[in-house]
Amino acid sequence: MKPSVEVSHLGMMFNLSKEMHDTLKDYFINLFKHHEKMKKDEFWALSDVSFKLYPGDRLGILGLNGAGKSTILKAIAGVYHPTTGSIHKRGKLAPLLELGAGFEPQYSARENIYLYGSILGYSKEFIESKFDEIIEFAELQKFVEVPVKNYSSGMKSRLGFAICTAVNPDILILDEVLSVGDKKFRRKSEDKIMSMLNGEVTVLFVSHSLEQVRRICNKAMILDHGKLKCFGDINEIAPIYAEMTQEDPEEIKKREAKAKANREKKLREARKTKAHDIINMTNNLDISVEDAMAAIDIPEDKYKTYYKVIDEIEKEEGILTKQDALKAAAAEEAEFDRAATFPNDEDRAESDDDDFDS
Amino acid sequence: MKKYIKGFYDYRFLLSELVKRGIRLKYRRSYLGIVWSLIEPLMTTAVLVVVFGALFDRANDPTFATYIMAGRLVYTFFQNGTKGASKAIRGNAGMIKKIYVPKYLYPLSNVLFNFIIFLISLIVLVPVLIISRLTPSLRLWKLIPGIILLLILTIGVGMILSVLDVFFRDIEYLWNVLLMIIMYLSAIFYPIERIKKHHLMWLLHLNPLYCIINLFRGGLMKYGNPLWEYAYPFVFGVICFIVGFIAMKKKQDEFILHL
Repeated sequence: MKPSVEVSHLGMMFNLSKEMHDTLKDYFINLFKHHEKMKKDEFWALSDVSFKLYPGDRLGILGLNGAGKSTILKAIAGVYHPTTGSIHKRGKLAPLLELGAGFEPQYSARENIYLYGSILGYSKEFIESKFDEIIEFAELQKFVEVPVKNYSSGMKSRLGFAICTAVNPDILILDEVLSVGDKKFRRKSEDKIMSMLNGEVTVLFVSHSLEQVRRICNKAMILDHGKLKCFGDINEIAPIYAEMTQEDPEEIKKREAKAKANREKKLREARKTKAHDIINMTNNLDISVEDAMAAIDIPEDKYKTYYKVIDEIEKEEGILTKQDALKAAAAEEAEFDRAATFPNDEDRAESDDDDFDS
Repeated sequence: MKKYIKGFYDYRFLLSELVKRGIRLKYRRSYLGIVWSLIEPLMTTAVLVVVFGALFDRANDPTFATYIMAGRLVYTFFQNGTKGASKAIRGNAGMIKKIYVPKYLYPLSNVLFNFIIFLISLIVLVPVLIISRLTPSLRLWKLIPGIILLLILTIGVGMILSVLDVFFRDIEYLWNVLLMIIMYLSAIFYPIERIKKHHLMWLLHLNPLYCIINLFRGGLMKYGNPLWEYAYPFVFGVICFIVGFIAMKKKQDEFILHL
């Protein structure tokens, strides 16, 4: 069996600085710039990508943002010309890229179907035979003669989808198109795609949703910064991608611990300022600690916590609430009295014993 | 070469759709539609005849209307065709970003739809000839090489401009200026006898469009044309045509990076 898509050593280079001149002035300015700098601005969106697909292969292209997923689709669709390497395709191609774009805004849906169809390589007879089907699928029966410029973006995408999927292609290129329109249309479009997968068609599908790729594809590949990381059966590739996109559990723990510590620190600081307020209030207004706490709306079950905080502050900073100062004075006095009664500890022990005996 | 002709054949439906679009959009939402392609040259020529007839003492010469009309029709097609072609690639960016089709189709379709409008507008020559009291003669055959040379030249120039315009937006403005120079070097509304002895007359002969206009005038007003008036625009047009297509072929893969 011959491969339907054969990509060998595909490389796509974009020269960032060269693409910037849009006017003659910029062009001449760039001419005099150092060649070295120009080289630096080379950007390889894809480099040395090779793979083969056979009829019936449904390839999911996975990768993080900027991995070159859409570039590879556009290169296969023929929109981009490969910088290096080559692409061979066999059969009719249906590219579902940028669905809402490429319409003539002043044209009605009817005229656009003919124009768009002719760009996709449909014949006039074919478009005529499929016309009603396209309109019906796009749900635009009432708007056939309305200029497309008055359409919503959803209507445009639906029309684009309907035109592109009117054929039975050999190669189907899907760039996250299954996110078109509302939920109902999304389901309808996915059903349509599924109905096109008759076992002979080759599919290239880009999506961020691993679950969607699993549902549609039987093969997958992962692109990483323009390089082919792995290529194979979906069941082999999916766990690799899942792992790639999942964070390291250690990392998650660390991050969570850090966040928790941060939260606690903030809470402690907030309590400390409140505790200071309480101390000041008790000292200045001559009220009890409880009253002060009640005055600044501290819930009763937190009283204990605040006593602790206040104690800490007293220890650290040597400030005392009036009450504590009084208490401390009273305690000192009591101690003094006790010391007078019992000159030393031994005596006290003895006397205790005496008490016990008697 | 065979491949290209086959490719061209494969894309004939797209080309016809693009040409149709050009004509449709040009006259969309106007009441008279394509009839304007007849009325407009008649009205503008009437103005030119009155103004420049008085200015150059030609008010009593009935053939002056034919003289101006021939120049105006040819120049207007050249102007619209090249201007349209120069914007064709950018104007179709949406399609170019979707799927590969040979890019020359866009400027070519632009020239062709203007060409069809030009052919329709040739009908106005009938009343103008009647006004000028000129009877058609065998010399009318010159219109055929004239039309063919004009088409080759316009396609060639349009193709070159469309490639340049992708890389340098300045072309649009520069070309407007050049078109004005070309217009004055085409002797559209002033009688050629007035400047025949001027030392800059050679500039007119350098203008292939002037030669083509002269072929039209020779055919309509029954005078002879020297051979070089066929040969020069032919060579010039074919060179532009070849250069245009080679430039298009070499550069079309880069277009996408500039759109």
